[in-house]
Amino acid sequence: MSTTVVTTETEGKTWGGGNEPLKASYGKMMMWFFIVSDALTFSGFLAAYGFSRFKFIDAWPIADEVFTHVPFLHGQELPMIYVAFMTFVLIMSSVTMVLAVDAGHHLNKAKVTLYMFLTIIGGLIFVGSQAWEWATFIKGDFGAVETKGGNILQFVDAEGHRVALRDFVVAGEHERVQQERKNGLWFVGEGSLPSYTVEDVIHGFEANDNLLIRTQELTEDGQKTVLSRAESLKQLKANGKLVVEGANLQHNEYGSPLFADFFFFITGFHGFHVFSGVVLNIIIFFNVVLGTYEKRKSYEMVEKVGLYWHFVDLVWVFVFTFFYLV
Amino acid sequence: MAQDHKLEIFRGLVKFKSNTQKIWGVLVFLSLVTAVEVVLGIYKPEALMAKVLGMKLLNWIFIILTIVKAYYITWDFMHMRDETKGLRRAVVWTTIFLILYLVFILLQEGGYVFNVYDKGYIKSDF
Repeated sequence: MSTTVVTTETEGKTWGGGNEPLKASYGKMMMWFFIVSDALTFSGFLAAYGFSRFKFIDAWPIADEVFTHVPFLHGQELPMIYVAFMTFVLIMSSVTMVLAVDAGHHLNKAKVTLYMFLTIIGGLIFVGSQAWEWATFIKGDFGAVETKGGNILQFVDAEGHRVALRDFVVAGEHERVQQERKNGLWFVGEGSLPSYTVEDVIHGFEANDNLLIRTQELTEDGQKTVLSRAESLKQLKANGKLVVEGANLQHNEYGSPLFADFFFFITGFHGFHVFSGVVLNIIIFFNVVLGTYEKRKSYEMVEKVGLYWHFVDLVWVFVFTFFYLV
Repeated sequence: MAQDHKLEIFRGLVKFKSNTQKIWGVLVFLSLVTAVEVVLGIYKPEALMAKVLGMKLLNWIFIILTIVKAYYITWDFMHMRDETKGLRRAVVWTTIFLILYLVFILLQEGGYVFNVYDKGYIKSDF
């Protein structure tokens, strides 16, 4: 293949890397095998996610209800639009990357520089978007009550629309203050307390007759089960234990904490890959600008980071499907 | 430098004049597939909710479209199309086999655990 550029001066040295049975240089082939092992790591995570989801198939959060936000468009329910944008950004930066590789084959330094630069910008936009997505997820939206058994009770009105805690709960007198290291046991601290106590929520719930509770369980047609008013009150009083706002590794107002755990872990691991991809791209970008590959008469290094970058895009395609679509 | 990229996609149905053109063509195709996925994901047509092999038809469509996208990213962006058969098979077949195996085992087991929970911890009552 003349698309594969011979870079190293090892021709003729059969045992020194000069022999290329697969017509790919040593570096490129090792990048491929690294990608194979990394793909297996990611599929391990995604398969574990699938395992947990199948285990709780009748109570898993509905992704459409979780990721509905778009920056600058407050209070609008736009499921999927923002992730679709993120996906497009990543595919676009893959395109600029492959254009850089193509320009490299023609030894066109100016074009490689431009396309590498655009790729880095695309990667940064993606990482930034992911950070925003995390922040929104952690902050939460409507708030919920966690039961003794660790299930989540969410609040809806008579039409089934979600109601946020802040819309019907009045914060009462808080006796309990957040424990900090400086005013309690020096080795014990805790996260910020929820704005309301379960008692506050019960008072608010009793005062608003049109409110109902929605449980985690899915009905036959894939909707969450809504309890009757009497059932709702009973559940809330008997089992309500903790007010949850947003999501972290222990509690998740959207449903099973496992969902949040996998979300943080898998998108985090992917985001880390994007981040390191951006760092690699920046290094290669400077090498291009400095003319390292110009002197070498080969831009194969661009091709190798390109492979890694496309792989990151490839993984995102799967994360997108399994977290947001399926 | 002479370039011998393979320039046709869709089994020769579409042939591009240059590698750059092929890249843009693949981008258009990938964007189109993503757009279809997003539209289906937002509207969730009732007709696609039927269960096929234990999963909603819609979910099967999503997974198949994802694999289609993965194919074009690997084949055209990562230039797998231009590599030798040996390298291609070493990478692709190994990965696909191991992933299918892992996914089968874990999903099977997840479904089993669900059933155990669902039936009150009694799997078979003799």
